[in-house]
Parts: sequence; C-alpha cells; structure tokens
Amino acid sequence: MERKHFAVAGFTGLIVAIQLATRITGTEYFLTQLTMTAYYSLVIVGLCMLIGYAGQISLGHAGFFAIGGYVTAFLTTWDLKSNHGAFVSLLERSGALVSRQDVYGGNLLTVHPWLACVSAILLTVVVAYLVGGPVLKLKGHYLAMATLGIGIIVYRIVLGTEFLGASDGISEVPGFPLPGGLVVTGDSSLRISNYYLAWGVVILGMVLLLNLIHSRVGRALAALHGAEDAAEAMGIPTARYKLHTFVLSAVFASLAGVLLTHFNGGIGPSEAGVMKSVRYVAIVAIGGMANLWGALSMSLVLNYLSLRGYFGTYDDAVFGAILILIMLFAPDGLLRRHLFSDMKRLFSRDHAGEEAP
Amino acid sequence: MTLLSIRGVSKRFGGLQAVNDLSFDVAAGSIKALIGPNGAGKTTIFNLISGSLHPDRGEIVFGGAEIQAMSSCEVAVRGMVRTFQHIRLFPKMTVLENIMAGRHVHSRAGFIAGMLSLPFTWKEERRIRERSFGIMEMLGIVPHAETEAVSLAYGQQRVVEIGRALACEPKLLLLDEPAAGLNMRETNEMGRLISRIRDMGVTVLLVEHDMSLVMKISDEVVVVSYGEKIAEDRPLSIQKNREVIRVYLGDDEC
Ligand SMILES: Nc1ncnc2c1ncn2[C@@H]1O[C@H](COP(=O)(O)OP(=O)(O)OP(=O)(O)O)[C@@H](O)[C@H]1O
Ligand SMILES: [Mg+2]
Repeated sequence: MERKHFAVAGFTGLIVAIQLATRITGTEYFLTQLTMTAYYSLVIVGLCMLIGYAGQISLGHAGFFAIGGYVTAFLTTWDLKSNHGAFVSLLERSGALVSRQDVYGGNLLTVHPWLACVSAILLTVVVAYLVGGPVLKLKGHYLAMATLGIGIIVYRIVLGTEFLGASDGISEVPGFPLPGGLVVTGDSSLRISNYYLAWGVVILGMVLLLNLIHSRVGRALAALHGAEDAAEAMGIPTARYKLHTFVLSAVFASLAGVLLTHFNGGIGPSEAGVMKSVRYVAIVAIGGMANLWGALSMSLVLNYLSLRGYFGTYDDAVFGAILILIMLFAPDGLLRRHLFSDMKRLFSRDHAGEEAP
Repeated sequence: MTLLSIRGVSKRFGGLQAVNDLSFDVAAGSIKALIGPNGAGKTTIFNLISGSLHPDRGEIVFGGAEIQAMSSCEVAVRGMVRTFQHIRLFPKMTVLENIMAGRHVHSRAGFIAGMLSLPFTWKEERRIRERSFGIMEMLGIVPHAETEAVSLAYGQQRVVEIGRALACEPKLLLLDEPAAGLNMRETNEMGRLISRIRDMGVTVLLVEHDMSLVMKISDEVVVVSYGEKIAEDRPLSIQKNREVIRVYLGDDEC
C-alpha cells in the first residue's frame, strides 16, 4: 500500500469517527452542517488542484458552483405540465421528466434530477472552456481579476434574473434519488446516509485527484507551474493542460453546487458571491496551496465552524483576514510540504549560511 | 543530409535588428557551433529555431517541414529540444522527476487515464522511470536521483538539464552556453559529453563562448555579429578568418 492509500483510509476513519461521536454524544443534528461542509470541500479540493498544482488562481469558482446549483434548481422546479410542445412530450416519453407533488399538494411535471445534473455539468464544462481559453493566457493579478469578473457576472445574472428567483433564489428543490434507495435530501431521517454519501463523494474526488497528481499529467502540471517556458520546450502543451485543469476544477465546483442544492432544497444568489470565491481561495491557501490533504482538513474545520455560526457576523471577514494573513506571512500556504524544515531553519541561529552560493 | 535549415531569417525588437537575413544549415549527425560576441543575437536565434519566438521574415526548415510558425511545444514534439542559457530546471522536483518530465512526449496518459489510474498508465510510468534511470546512469547522476534538482551544484544542474532534454530523445539538441559557469575540469567533461551525445546519433547545435571547447568538439562553426552571419567554416579555418579575429579582438583595441 502506498502512502496515499493510508491517508485515504485514515481520512475515511476520521469521517466514521465523527459520525460515531455525534451518535454517542446525541448531537446528530451536527451532521447537517457536516454534510454541507463535505460539499464545500469538494469545491476546495478541485480548486486546490488548480491553484496549488497547476499554479493558476481563480477568484470565480463560486460562479461555477452557482451554475451547477442554479441549473439543477431551475430544471427540477420548472413546471412543464401546461407545456405541450413537441420537445416536452419527447422528453416525457423518454422518461426524462418526473411527475411529483409540490408542498401544497399540486401536481408538477419537472425535469428528472439526473438529467438536470448532467445538464448542469455540461453547461459548466462549456462555460469553463469558453471562458478559460482566453482568460488563462493571463498571469498573476490579471488572471485573478479576470476570474473575479467571471464570478461577478454569474452573481449579477442570478441576482437579476426573474425566473432564477432574483434575490430570493430558488427553493423547493426536490431530493436527488440515487440507486439503492439513497436520496440527496436534507430530510432528517436520512441524515446519516446523506452524511456518508457526501463524504463518500469527497473521498472519491480526492482519490481521483491524488491519482492525477501522481501521474504523467501531475508531473507536467508541476513542471509548468515551476518553469512554464521550459515545460513548453519539453513538449508539454502548457495552455491545454492549464485549461483542462481549470475545467476539471470547475466541474468539481459545479457538482458540489448540484448536490448541495438538492441537499438544502434550494439555492440563493449569495452562493455565487465574490466572498464565497474568496473563502474558497483562502481555505486552499491556509491548507498549503499544493497540499490536497491540507486544503481538505482546513475546509473541514473552517467550513464547519462557519456553518455552525462560530464566526457570527464576522463570517466573511474571518476568511478575508485569513487570506491577507497568509499572503503576508506564508505566501506558499500554511500547511505546506516543507513547513517543518522551514520552521527549523527559521528558528536555528545559523541560517546566515543559506546565502552562501 | 541537412537536418535544420535557416533561410533568410530576420527578427526585430523595436528599433533593434537582433537577427538580420541569417541563413545556415546544420547537417544531421554533426556538432555545429554558433559563436559571436555578447548581444550578437545567438540566444535570439535559438528562440527563433525552437519556436519560443517567431521570425519576421524567412523560413526555418526542420526535418523537411517548415516550423517557423510552430509553438515550442510543437517543435519539441517533432524532435528538437533545447537547454537554456540561464538554467531552467523544474523547481520543487527531484532530479528523477525532472528527467521523467522530459519523457512527456513519449508517453500518453491523459487526465482521465491519470485520474482513474488505468493499468496501462502503471506500465507506462514504469517504462518512463526505467528510461530516466538509463539516462541518469549515462550522465553519472543516479546518486542524486532523489535530490531536488535546483539544489544541486551549478555544473550538475547543467548536466541534469541536458539529461531532461535527452529524455525527449531529440533528433536535434540545442545547447545555449552549456559550459558557462563551469570550471576547467567540468568544461572538459561537458565537451566529452557533447561528443558522446553526437555519437549516439543526436545532432547538436550549440552556442558557446569557450573557444577551446568550440574548436575541440565542433564539426562546423557559424559566426554572427550584430545579428548577421560573418563566417561559416570548419573550426581551423574560422580561427584564421580575419573578419572573425577583428570582431573578437578588434573591438577591444579601439
Ligand atoms: N525579447 C527581447 N526583446 C527585446 N530585445 C531583446 C529580446 N531578446 C533579446 N533582445 C536583444 O537582442 C540582442 C541580442 O540578444 P541575445 O540574447 O540574442 O544575444 P546573445 O548573442 O545570446 O548574447 P549573450 O552572449 O550575452 O548571451 C540584445 O541586444 C538583446 O538585448
Ligand atoms: Mg545568449
């Protein structure tokens, strides 16, 4: 077994231990926030891949999260009963629509969550490719500004669009049925299964990303992160690899948006807000940039504390402050690979020798 | 047989004509040296040949195809790789990883295969590793395999950079001042290494300021000054060329 397998097993153990702890202490209601934490963590690990490994910043990932969430929310709540167009009846005959009752007992005919999810992801992929192509030619601050722009555009669109609920967002989103009787829903009777489902998705995502890091592509990303011109000169198509990583991380964010929207039963415009994007970047930074496990553990702790309301009205300020402090004092991230050796060097008295050629 | 052919290539940076109507050929299997005073345009010529810059005018033909419009990535895939005057190793990567990254074009696992860790990728990784160790053995750097490449001594970093390029299995290797910053012993070793690389069947084009090294190993020498070719000949004749002597020595005398 390799080290990454141990880490995955260890983290899985932690997830089980947390659930058992809530059972023993009779605090199972914590599982709700822990489940939401899992979906936010999915955004974080995808973004960590982009920032830490491919070396590209994005201040717009809340936008991709919102694309996922809003597409699925809209499609699964949009009543097609009175729509008798040819396309709708074709969809209905092919089983892509479902009939269900709304909260008032009225009948609804809506797009099946699976189709909604697939549509959400596809739209995300298209947007990420279209936007990422030109934007990733930029570097540093310029890339940060441009991606910030993407996030703002998505935010203004969802806020300004009547059929997306404007400032109220979309509510009454149904559960997401999965094979084996599982349903992604906030229903408290399914709390435990949803907790494991959400963290299962995160662990699966982690395994995929860990595999990627230790593959030929991971090596190429590390190379282009370190010396782009040299990577290009060795035949690594740097622009394409950056774009693919951007799209991959956008898909992680979008899937998280889809699942959390079904879990919460709705989504509002604040999910697309710039402060959400800043929060994601701050957590990746404090997690150590090129450190998936660091980002994941920081996400677990900070998102949970935030969702439990520990930061009160300073919620956004806390994450902004984290970002500022990290940039000032540990621009490589806090939980980075050489943390301990760096600390030793910092505290040892003879680090003057470092400067010698 | 000609592997690389530069035909009437020019490049301008604002008001500076860095390369002017330059033409020369590189024969397959040879070592060719490109020399000239500081700022003559040698590195610019390398950038043009390797696709990091594109000429304003002229053609560059490599292995029978025009490449002047290609990116450096496409050029590398076609079998031309370079080293840099200012060493450009991949930081935070070991020597082994640096060299393995050089095998990129000879492997194919993409994003999906990598994420799913498909069985063919394991075999591929094993092959990449074996080939990389083969190269490190040839260069005598196996003991440093697990060392961070940029933490090595300067001379060894140069060797690693050449190893990374060789991992690409290039037809043509461009070396930009491979002996810069090396001591005499290291320079001699570098000369022997370059000859060995040529004997492996790799054509070499190098820029170098160390004249004894150039004269010892190269089959042909091109001299440029202010972006223009002033001589092209065998090393012995170049040493006697009055124009070359003037460019190299004359300027100091005024
Ligand atoms: N990207 C660039 N933009 C503008 N000017 C450039 C650029 N690259 C090189 N130059 C200029 O072109 C001229 C030739 O530079 P180049 O680096 O090719 O010289 P060189 O022969 O390699 O010199 P050296 O022996 O010092 O390495 C110099 O005057 C340099 O300042
Ligand atoms: Mg130069």
